[in-house]
Amino acid sequence: MNPHIVLRVGAKLLIPVIVLFGLYVQFHGEYSPGGGFQAGIIFAAALILYALIFGLETVQQAVPPGAVHALAGLGALLYMSIGIWSMFAGGNFLEYKVLLADAQLAETAGIILIELGVGITVATVAITLFYAFAGRARPGHDGD
Amino acid sequence: MIEHHLPALQVLLPLFAAPLLMFLVRWPTLAWALTTAVCWATFLVSALLLEAVWAGDPISYAHGGWEPPYGIEYWVDTANALVLLIVSGISAIVMPFARDSVEQEIPRDRIAWFYTAFLLANAGLLGIAITGDAFNIFVFFEISAIASYALIAMGRDRRALLASFTYLIMGTIGTTFLLIGIGFLYMMTGTLNLADLAERLPAVRDTSTIRAAFAFIAVGVSLKLALFPLHLWLPNAYTYAPSMVTVFLSATATKVAIYVLLRFFYSVFGVEFSFGVLPMGYVLMPLALLGILIPSIVAIFQADVKRMLAYSSVAQVGYIILGFSFASTLGLMAAMLHLFNHAVTKAALFMALGAIVYRIGSTRIDAMAGIARDMPWTMAAFVVGGLSLIGIPLTAGFVTKWYLLLAALEAGLWPIAVFLLATSLIAVIYIWRVVEAAYFRERPAGAAPVREAHPALLLPTWTLALASVVFGIHTALPIGAATRAAEILLGGYP
Repeated sequence: MNPHIVLRVGAKLLIPVIVLFGLYVQFHGEYSPGGGFQAGIIFAAALILYALIFGLETVQQAVPPGAVHALAGLGALLYMSIGIWSMFAGGNFLEYKVLLADAQLAETAGIILIELGVGITVATVAITLFYAFAGRARPGHDGD
Repeated sequence: MIEHHLPALQVLLPLFAAPLLMFLVRWPTLAWALTTAVCWATFLVSALLLEAVWAGDPISYAHGGWEPPYGIEYWVDTANALVLLIVSGISAIVMPFARDSVEQEIPRDRIAWFYTAFLLANAGLLGIAITGDAFNIFVFFEISAIASYALIAMGRDRRALLASFTYLIMGTIGTTFLLIGIGFLYMMTGTLNLADLAERLPAVRDTSTIRAAFAFIAVGVSLKLALFPLHLWLPNAYTYAPSMVTVFLSATATKVAIYVLLRFFYSVFGVEFSFGVLPMGYVLMPLALLGILIPSIVAIFQADVKRMLAYSSVAQVGYIILGFSFASTLGLMAAMLHLFNHAVTKAALFMALGAIVYRIGSTRIDAMAGIARDMPWTMAAFVVGGLSLIGIPLTAGFVTKWYLLLAALEAGLWPIAVFLLATSLIAVIYIWRVVEAAYFRERPAGAAPVREAHPALLLPTWTLALASVVFGIHTALPIGAATRAAEILLGGYP
């Protein structure tokens, strides 16, 4: 029925691993090479691979463009909120070591939250770019 | 507590509001209101910052609590406080104007996105001016530039896309050169903090790496500030951008880039290196003179008034760079003064033009024939701005040309003084063409009747037009700030 059986099975095998690796790069970023930016791109790559194999509509049913836009804004807001919260807690902007009693724990927690914000925004912006270009290829369909 | 955080808030307010606007796509008026509130708040912050550094010492703010030079530092002294005031002031005044103008020129479902991009451009420009970190300058350049490309591309005419794309290519080359230059500096000194760079550079400055870094930064930033002959992206970008974007970018984007060049030449590399060891005076002065002369002449032959004013902007950059190239306190002061006065003057002119576009939908000089009878207030504002652009006494433009003359005479370059007077006459010609068409020609037969612009458009236009007169008579604030800024730039970092 579908001629691309190898691609479909291969993608189904690969995508969970890509997502898992993305999460690893995201949350291990403060100890090893990686971080929010790289993880966001890896995460988006998993979704884009899925879209390439199974079609744009299938992906957009699971991950609608509106939600992607909202998450892109929320990620940036999360990043800056941590910074502003540190200002209210008595530190400078992004001085998140003042957020908890244990300064070292606060540093770790702060960087993980900030990288999460970066990861969300980078992944969703990459997906938005893909949606925009992929949507434009279809005649009469205005990719947004 | 809040005073301590003012430098961070200066950039943070527009940067934080930008993603918030993404959630207001369905409520364009609310998006406009939030943007306006944020712009006025940033204006207040920069006024407070200027007041603080006017009286006292420069302010340093360590992001994340990491002490400079290790962390990213925001550094405010009178020189960049003046630039911050220009950027935030223009954005605050343009917002009341923007409401009607943007509603007419931008599709309704994109208005919130438009303001998101506007706030990002605003935050980027403020960030460039306020940061004390070389790499941070590059990052903010990219933030403001990418947002500006989007803003310009939203122009009504499809040619806006091409204009935006050209700007994208040229702008990217510019910031890449800047980044290469900063990379070389980092290679030789191991630091990115501007004050720290100024301290460490003298030890290594007689190397080809530092000379290459200087060249890359000079060319890269010159592309961004549209120094003749690197100005080719500017006329189209300004012509096809939405009215409000032209007002904002013409008054701020090139000005901020000029400030960066001043900072690098005078404070980081030092005046002795830039103008003594390297002959930058002999490079910048001819470019400035050509940059005044050729675009002014080109402006005369434009059929589109917006494009004419864009070429005039290139010429005005020439005046600023001329003051800059004298490498004297007086010349530098004239440059800083023109930075301020030209921002006010050109914003008033583009705003008056925006009000005309709102009514007649065109910026062609033929379409403007006879409209002064129907739109007397708008055209009067245009004339006041035009007088200031020419440099008639009692306007802001006169004050800067006067100090440029003094600086030229002080340097013993009287031919340049004559040249300045002659080029002012060229400005008379191109402003007169518009005045002649609007006041002395008849409306074309069959043209739709035109009404005076809405007060919401007129009020900001007249605020700026009057400001260009007020700052020509009551010169204490701009001259005082420009003099102190010049002293600080020449003095380097304490």
